[in-house]
Amino acid sequence: MIESYIPIMLILFISVGFAVVNVNMSWILGPTRPNREKLSTYESGMEPVGTAREKFSVKYYMVSVLFILFDIEVVFLYPWAVSFMNFEPAKMVYSFISVIIFVVILFIGYFYVIKKGALKWD
Amino acid sequence: MPEWLINLLITLAKIAVVHGVLLTCVAYTVYLERKVSAFMQDRIGPNRVGPFGLLQPLVDVVKLLMKEDIVPVNANRFVHSLAPIISILVALSTIAVVPFGNTINIAGRDIQLQIADVNVGVLYFLALSSLGVYGVTLSGWSSNNKYSLLGGLRSSAQMISYELAMGLAVLAIVLMNGSLELDTIVKNQAGWHWNVILQPVGFIIFITAALAETNRHPFDFAEAEQELVAGYHTEYSSMKFALFFLAEYANVIVMSAVITTLYCGGWQFPFVHSMGLSPTLISILQVLAFCAKTFFWVFFFVWIRWTIPRFRYDQLMNLGWKVFIPLGIVNLVVTGLVLLLMKH
Repeated sequence: MIESYIPIMLILFISVGFAVVNVNMSWILGPTRPNREKLSTYESGMEPVGTAREKFSVKYYMVSVLFILFDIEVVFLYPWAVSFMNFEPAKMVYSFISVIIFVVILFIGYFYVIKKGALKWD
Repeated sequence: MPEWLINLLITLAKIAVVHGVLLTCVAYTVYLERKVSAFMQDRIGPNRVGPFGLLQPLVDVVKLLMKEDIVPVNANRFVHSLAPIISILVALSTIAVVPFGNTINIAGRDIQLQIADVNVGVLYFLALSSLGVYGVTLSGWSSNNKYSLLGGLRSSAQMISYELAMGLAVLAIVLMNGSLELDTIVKNQAGWHWNVILQPVGFIIFITAALAETNRHPFDFAEAEQELVAGYHTEYSSMKFALFFLAEYANVIVMSAVITTLYCGGWQFPFVHSMGLSPTLISILQVLAFCAKTFFWVFFFVWIRWTIPRFRYDQLMNLGWKVFIPLGIVNLVVTGLVLLLMKH
């Protein structure tokens, strides 16, 4: 089975090679005439005010933390989805009821998140 | 020649053909976008270089190659170069698992028209499309520019939100087929059993998530021109900028190919077997059918871009979290229930 991953390895190597060559291409072909104004941060023609390494809204952290939680829930459903049709009928019913319980627990957490206002953007 | 060497050469040939076609299509999708937008806005569009401006994409590439590569002094040089590499790597290697045809017989050898026939094709596609977030986020952070940072943050939050919905939509298809192989999913859609008919809700979720994942209109918060200049690639120039541009359009084409594969029957050409054609001709017709369907979805992406105005950011997040995620779960449970009732 491991042989079927060799093409993926090849395509990854080729894509990295293509990307690295192209990133360095304009460094070789293009001119290099730097000056202080050209290399300063772009800020619509104004002198840059401070840096961009500052605090930003905590909402983005909330979204990424919630993403990790819910993505793991989705990942848990994948093995079930692959084997569901291959179960015998009695086991199908059993696994379906288990998934319903799982989804209900998921929704309890989901409504808690909504009620807490973790996804409010205003 | 030993067997492994022949297989290696066949794989390399397939990669060369697919990448060649993909990169050519990227160049001409840019041209298509410019022409279609011009047509929709009652303009002419590019028409100077070559007949109907057909050589415009080539000239643009040469121009970008010859430009100066500017890296701002405050930027993190290493990450600044790494970000476009990640973006284009993701765009070019996702195509590996997409089957673009059935087997074709060349010189007495059945060649499968798919670069890598792995048994976890769906997971590979989802995993790589989530890696795309890194390209956008790292470029936004490394530029040390406020526009870039905001663009990167917004689109990373957007992409991970819609990834959940996309995963749930695909889950329903996996449930129906009992397999993660894209080839099996295509084979189960023979005739008119396309998943777009069997999974209409999942299809709507997937196509919206696909628009959000590729940062296209109406979800192009990564580069909302009117407020963020150019978003995450504000500080990029010459070929690095071109790589982001290339990655965006390559992503559009790959997403269109995946939509075709998962929902529109992939390379299936309805009733081709009842026409009494030779096997080689059938294979070629199937590849052409795949290309035609993919082209339709590429056109659809362009069409949406020039028709629908941009969402507001809170609307986008509400749509993702409060509509599509619950809808995706409900769709999954209903699909499971229907399958259960059909088995009994």
